[in-house]
Amino acid sequence: MTNSFKDIEHTNLIFLIGSNPTEAHPILGVKMKKAIRNGAKLIVADPRRTEMADLADIWLPLKPGTDIPLLNGIMHIILKEGLWDKEFVENRTENLEELKKTVEAYPPEKVAEITGIHVELLYQAARLYASTKDASISYTLGITEHVTGTDNVINIANLAMLTGHLGRENVGVNPLRGQNNVQGACDVGGLPDVFPGYQKVFVPEIKEKFTKAWGVELSGKLGLTIPQMFDQAIEGTIKGMYIMGEDPLLSDPDASHVERGLNSLEFLVVQDLFMTETAKLADVFLPASSFAEKDGTFTNSERRVQRVRKAIDSIGESKPDWMIISELSTRMGYEMNYTHPSKIFEEIAKLTPIYAGIDYERLEKKSLQWPCPTKDHPGTPILHVGAFTKGKGTFKGVDHKPPAEVPDEEYPFYLSTGRRLYHYNVTTQYSESLTEYHPDELAMIHPKDAEKIQLSKEDKLKVTSRRGEVVTAIEITDRVAEGTIWMSFHHKDVPTNVLTNGAFDPITLTGEYKVAAVKIEKYRAE
Amino acid sequence: MRSLKLLRNDLKEKYHSISKPRITIGMGTCGIAAGADKVKDALYHAVAEKGLDVDIEVTSCIGMCYKEVNVEVALPDYPPVVYGDITPARVTRMLEEHVVGNTPVLEWAEFQLENGKHTPYQDISSMESSDYYFHQTREVTSRCGRISPENIEEYLITDGYEGLEKVLMTQPQKVIDDIKASGLRGRGGGGFPTGLKWQFAHDAEGDKKYIVCNADEGDPGAFMDRSILEGDPHAVLEGMMIAGYAIGADEGYIYVRAEYPLAIKRLKRAIKQAKEYGLLGDHILESSFSFDIHIKVGAGAFVCGEETALLNSIEGKRGMPRLRPPFPAVKGLWGKPTNNNNVETYANVALIFRKGTEWYASIGTENSKGTKVFSLTGKIAKTGLAEVPMGTTLRQIIYDIGGGIQENKRFKAVQIGGPSGGCLPEDKLDIPVDYDSLIKVGAMMGSGGLVVMDEATCMVDVARYFLTFSQAESCGKCTPCREGTTRMLEILNRITSGEGEMEDIERLERLARVMKTTSLCGLGQTAPNPVLSTLRYFKDEYIAHIKDKRCPSGVCNHLLTYSIDAEKCIGCTACAKACPVNAITGTVKKTHEINPEICITCGACMEACHFDAVIRV
Amino acid sequence: MKKMSDVTLTIDGKQIKVPSGTTVMQAAEKAGLSIPALCYDPELSIAGSCRMCVVEIDGMNNLPTSCSTVATEGMVVQTKSKPVIEARKMVLELYLADHPLDCMTCQKNGNCLLQKYAYEYQVKDTPFKENKHRYPIEDNNPFIVRDMDKCINCGKCIRVCDEVQGRNVLQYAYRGYDTKVTTAMDVPLIESECVFCGSCVAVCPTGALLEKKMIGKGQSWEVEKVKTTCPFCGVGCNFDLNVRDGKVIGVTSNPESEVNGRHLCVKGRFGTDYIHHPERITTPLIKKEGVFVEASWDEALDLVSKKFLAMKKEYGNESIGALSSARCTNEENYVMQKFVRAVIGNNNIDHCART
Repeated sequence: MTNSFKDIEHTNLIFLIGSNPTEAHPILGVKMKKAIRNGAKLIVADPRRTEMADLADIWLPLKPGTDIPLLNGIMHIILKEGLWDKEFVENRTENLEELKKTVEAYPPEKVAEITGIHVELLYQAARLYASTKDASISYTLGITEHVTGTDNVINIANLAMLTGHLGRENVGVNPLRGQNNVQGACDVGGLPDVFPGYQKVFVPEIKEKFTKAWGVELSGKLGLTIPQMFDQAIEGTIKGMYIMGEDPLLSDPDASHVERGLNSLEFLVVQDLFMTETAKLADVFLPASSFAEKDGTFTNSERRVQRVRKAIDSIGESKPDWMIISELSTRMGYEMNYTHPSKIFEEIAKLTPIYAGIDYERLEKKSLQWPCPTKDHPGTPILHVGAFTKGKGTFKGVDHKPPAEVPDEEYPFYLSTGRRLYHYNVTTQYSESLTEYHPDELAMIHPKDAEKIQLSKEDKLKVTSRRGEVVTAIEITDRVAEGTIWMSFHHKDVPTNVLTNGAFDPITLTGEYKVAAVKIEKYRAE
Repeated sequence: MRSLKLLRNDLKEKYHSISKPRITIGMGTCGIAAGADKVKDALYHAVAEKGLDVDIEVTSCIGMCYKEVNVEVALPDYPPVVYGDITPARVTRMLEEHVVGNTPVLEWAEFQLENGKHTPYQDISSMESSDYYFHQTREVTSRCGRISPENIEEYLITDGYEGLEKVLMTQPQKVIDDIKASGLRGRGGGGFPTGLKWQFAHDAEGDKKYIVCNADEGDPGAFMDRSILEGDPHAVLEGMMIAGYAIGADEGYIYVRAEYPLAIKRLKRAIKQAKEYGLLGDHILESSFSFDIHIKVGAGAFVCGEETALLNSIEGKRGMPRLRPPFPAVKGLWGKPTNNNNVETYANVALIFRKGTEWYASIGTENSKGTKVFSLTGKIAKTGLAEVPMGTTLRQIIYDIGGGIQENKRFKAVQIGGPSGGCLPEDKLDIPVDYDSLIKVGAMMGSGGLVVMDEATCMVDVARYFLTFSQAESCGKCTPCREGTTRMLEILNRITSGEGEMEDIERLERLARVMKTTSLCGLGQTAPNPVLSTLRYFKDEYIAHIKDKRCPSGVCNHLLTYSIDAEKCIGCTACAKACPVNAITGTVKKTHEINPEICITCGACMEACHFDAVIRV
Repeated sequence: MKKMSDVTLTIDGKQIKVPSGTTVMQAAEKAGLSIPALCYDPELSIAGSCRMCVVEIDGMNNLPTSCSTVATEGMVVQTKSKPVIEARKMVLELYLADHPLDCMTCQKNGNCLLQKYAYEYQVKDTPFKENKHRYPIEDNNPFIVRDMDKCINCGKCIRVCDEVQGRNVLQYAYRGYDTKVTTAMDVPLIESECVFCGSCVAVCPTGALLEKKMIGKGQSWEVEKVKTTCPFCGVGCNFDLNVRDGKVIGVTSNPESEVNGRHLCVKGRFGTDYIHHPERITTPLIKKEGVFVEASWDEALDLVSKKFLAMKKEYGNESIGALSSARCTNEENYVMQKFVRAVIGNNNIDHCART
C-alpha cells in the first residue's frame, strides 16, 4: 500500500476495484464504512453486488476481466474533460503522450460495450474520482488474479498519477494483501528473483553482499516460481520439494496439474500443522507450531511490522518452523544457531535496508512501517511523498486482453472465486466454531440461472470446467450476475481449484483465479 | 405582497348574511361519540320529509362536552341559538318550533349568540352571560364550535391569516421581539418563554431550520390540543408559519398522535386549502417567504411528547429522548436548528399577531400572560373545555365554570398536569392558576388537564394509577425511570393490597428523590410527582392502608370486606345470583351470608341488592 | 478551525484547567478523580442513560451526567456529594434488583463493571425484591452467549454495532421495564444479520454477552493475556491470546491495538480454536510403504537431510525447490529462503504471494 489504513479512514473517496473488504479484510471494511459515514464517497467496480456495492454511490458491475478497458474509459473521459491534475503530471510523471494514445482508443461507448457498464455511469465515476481532491484506490485479488494482472495494476497506477492522487495523505493506491504475512514473506526474500528487501539476485554487488554475510557462494540465477516448479516436476527436472505452511493442492489453480507435479517428485517434505491435502502426498511430514506457540513478526498490508508473541509452549513434539529449518540446515552441514527469533530479525535488519532501523526493542513499544532505514527513523506511513522511488512516475498505456478462457457454447458460465468472511484459506477448516457456523461451500448462482436448470436451494450443483468437476451446495442470490458462478476455495470436500484455469500472468505468474469458463448441471446422486 | 383584505371583505359579504335557515352540528370527536352523526342523519331525514330549504353545516366542539350533541340554529335576521343535549328524537320538534315557527325551544336552548345586529330572543341568555361561559375568556378557542374547520374561507372571514400578513411585512427579529413582549410561555407544560426559545433557534447557525408542532397530547384526561386541531386547524398552521418566518425555517412538521384521526383529517384538509390559497408553499402571499408543512403521525408513545424523543420519532428512530445540550434550537430535527412548540402555543401566536402584543400582555398575571385552555374531567359536574385568563383560581374553574362535584359529593383533590403533575387538596383551591404558583405547591401547569376527584377517590390508588401509566410509558432509556417507575409501582401495589410496611414510605420518598434529580428527561423527572404530592397532602391515607389495612375511601379491593346486614336482607337471592364466584349462600326468603374466604370483593352483590343490605367495610 | 481556549473549573475543591469542549468527566479524570460510568465509552457516542456518572454542579437543576456535560469557565462540580452518592447507590440498587446475583459462577467475575461499582459503593442488597426478568439464555450459535438477565441496557452493544461496525443489528425493543436489546423482530443472533465480529462482547460491561468457548475455562485472574498479531488476513489486527494452564482458551481484543483497537472479525476473535484441534499433527511422520508412521525428530531430519544432500549430489543444486509461507513469520520466511539459497544452493524459493 502506498498509504496507511488511517488514510482510508480519512479519505473523501474510496474507489474499490476487485475487492470485497467487508468479507476478506473485515476490519478494513469497518474503517471504510467509517469514512463513508463521515461523508466519503464510494465507487465500487465489481461484477458481484458485494456489501460495499450496496453502500456505493456508484456501482460499476463490470464483466469479469474487463478492468483495463474500464480504467482506460475512465481516463479517456478525464483527459477529454480536462479533469486531470496538470501540475502533478507535469512535475512528477513522464510519458503522458503514450497513455493518451492508448486511451484515445477507448471512448465511453466502446467501453460500455466491452464492460457492460452504462455510459452515464462511466462519466459519473470519472468525474467523481477525478474531481475529489482526497481520493484513494483500494484493490485486491480481483485485480491481480488475472492473466492481465500486471497490466491491471499498471493501469491503476496510471489513473492515480493522472489525477495526482499519490504521494500525500488520504490518497494513494492501496493493494490489500490477502494473507496475514504475504507482505513480510516477500519483504524477507521468499521470492525467486530477490534477496530480502527486494534486492535482485542477479545484481553482482548484491549477490556479493549476501555471499559475504552468509559465508557461502550463492547462485545469481533466477529461481523458479511455483507454477514453474510444478511444470518442471512433471518434466522431471525438479526432483524434490520442501513445502512449508502451504497447501497448493487446495489453493493453487488447476489442482490436477498441481497434483501431477507433486506426484512426479522423488521426495516431498511438508511442514505444517495439519495433514493437508498436499501433506498426504509427502514422504516426510514435519510438525510445525502455530502462531500462538512462537515469537516473531508479521508485516501487514500497510507495511507495518508487528510482533507475534509466544503464548503457550509448542504442542506435543511440534517445533516452530524456524527451529526445524535451522536444525535441518545444521544437519546438512550449514550451521544455523539462532537462539531466538529476535536474533534472526537482527540478521534481517542488517541485510535489508528497508528493515534496517527495526528491532524487537522498538517493536515492543510501537509497530513500525517500512521503509525504516535507521534506528531513529519513525517509519514511513506514506510512500512516494515528493518523488517516486525511481524518480518520475512513468505512464504506460495498456490494452485490453480478454481473459485466457471466456465462456463459450460448451462452457457457457463464468466461474469466479474468492474468500468468505467466515473462512480463511484452509486453516479455518480446523476451527470448530467457524466450521459449525459455516460448514459447507455454497456456490453463488443467480436465481434465473437456477430456475433454468430447476435448481432449488436444497439441491446440489455440479460445476465442470475443462480441467475437472466439483459438486457443491448452493446459495441462490442475485448478488452474482446472470451467467456467473462464484465459489470460495476453503473447503477440501469442494476443491474449487480443480476448476480454475492454470493460465498465469506472464510477469508475476499469478493464476487467473477470477475467470474460468464452466458448465453447470443439477447434481443427481447415482 | 398580495393582501387578503379584499378577499376577506368579499367573503364577509358572502357569509355574514344568510338568506335561509342554517343548522350547524357540533362534530368534534366528543360530539361524534355522543351521537352527532345520528343527529345529522335525523336532521337530513326530517328536513327532506318536511321539504324545508335549510343549509346543514358542521362545526367542531364548542366546549360543552357535558351537553353534547350541540346544535346551532340560525334564521335570517335572528341571532343563532345553540342547543344542548340534542338527540335524534328531539330533531323534529326543534325544526318545527324553531325553524318553521321561529319559536326557539326554550328548555333545550343553552344560549343565543348576540351580534348587535339582530334583536335577541326573550328568555335565552347570551353566550357570555351563560353559566358555563360567564367566567371564561374565549380567545384561543374563539373559533372552536363556531366556524367550519374544514373551510378556509370561514377562517379568513374571522380575520385568519391576518397575523401572518402583518408579520411578513416586518423583520424576523421584530417578530421575535413582539413574542417576547407578549409574555407568551409554552403551553406544553414547562412554560418556557416562547420568545427566548425562538431567539435561540433564530441565532443558531444552520443551512436549514425546522419548525415542529407537538400535537402528541398524551396526558390522561387532556384534550385541549385535540379540540383546537379539530376546531381551528388553520390557527396552528398560521402560528407555525409565523414562527418559521421568525427563525428562518422553511419547513414544518406537525407530530400528531394516530389516536386523533379527525384532527389529522382536518389538518390535511387545512394544509391543502392553504396551499390552494397561496398561503402555504412557495412565496406565500407573493412574498419571499416559503414554507411547507408535513404531518407525521405518531404511534402513541407518551414519551414522544417529550420534544427530543419526538424529533427521533419524526426521523424514524425509536422514540427515546436525546441528551441536552445540544438543545433542539441548536441541533434538532436531522441535526438542524429546530423550534418546537405545542398546538396551543402556536394558536396563541396567531392570536397575538392578529390582536396585538399589548392587548395580549394585558391578559393574565405578572409572569403568566394570556389565557389557558383546560379540559375538565373526572368527578366534575360539567365536563368540557374551558378557557380562562391566567390567574383564575382553581375554585373558580371547578365550581363557577365546572359546576362543582357530580352528585353533590364532597371535593377531595384535583389532579393537574397529567402524570407529571400533582394532586392538590381543598385548601389549595384558591391559588391562582399560573406557571409559578402551581410549581410552588408541588403540581405543574402541564398541558391543561384537570382531573377532579371526589370523596370516594382513594389517593393511594390515584398515585398507583398514574405510576401504572408512567411505568408503561417509560421509554426504557435511563435507569432511574425504567427501573424506578417499576419499583415504585410495586410498592404502591403492595400498599393498596394491604401488604405495605411503614418503610415503604421512606423507600418511595428516596426513590422519588433520585428519580427527580437523576432521570434523563422530563418524563422520569416528574413521574414521582403524583406519589410525592399525594404523600404530601394525603399521607394519612397511606398510613391507613399500611397500618390499619384499611382503604378509607373504600376503593382498594384487597382491603375491603363485604357482609350482609341480616336486618335488611329479605332473602331475594339477587346478590347470590350476581356473585361471580359463588361466595354467597342462603335460600329464598332467608338471610344470605358472604363467605369472606371465597369473596373477591368485586362489589357485584352490593350493586345487585335493592335493600341496601350489603355492607362494605 | 477556531482556536480552542482553556477553561478553569473546580472539581471537589480542586481547580483544574482544561481545553474548552472537555466534558466534566474528562476534566475529573485529568484531576485524578474517577467517576463511575456504565454506558460511557470513549469510542462511542454519548448515551447518558445509565446515570451512574451524575455529579452536582452549582447552578444546575438536578444532577447532570458528567459524561455529557461540557465544562465551562468557573463551573463548580461536586463528584461525591451526598445527593450524588445517594443517586449512584440507588441506581445500583435498581440494577441489582433485576440482576441474577450469581457472581460466583459468572464468567465475568472480577471483570464486571456492575460488580466493581456495587463493591465500591458497598451496595450489598436491594430493597426491591419483587420481580426479576427471566429470559432464556441464547446460546444457539457457536460464538456468543447472550444472557439478557444480566443486561443492564447500557446500549454499548447497540452503538458499537451501529457506529463502528456499521451493521445496525441491535436496537432497543419493548418499553419501560421490559426494554431489551434485541435484533430486528427479536430473533436470535444466528437468524439475524449479525456477522459475529464480537465487538458487542468486547464492550459489554457485564456478563450479558460472553465468548461462548471461554465460559468455564478460567476466571479473569487465572488468565494470562498475551498480545499478538492475528494470523488471518493482511490487515494485521492485534489481540490478546487468553492463556490458562498452557492452553489458549480464547481471544479478547486489546484496546491498545494500533490497527484495530478493540475490533476484530469473526475469524480473529473466534477462529483461533484450531490451535488445539485434535487433528493437529504433533509428531514427525515418515511415509513407509505408502503409510505415515511416527518418527523421532532425529530420524525425520536425518532422512530429509540425507535425501536432500543425495539429490544435490545426484541431480545438481537445481533439482530442489521450496515453498515458504505467507502464514509464517518474517523470521521463518527469512530462514527458509536462506536455507534454499545458502544450503540447497539455488533461488527456487517462492510462496503463494499471489493469493
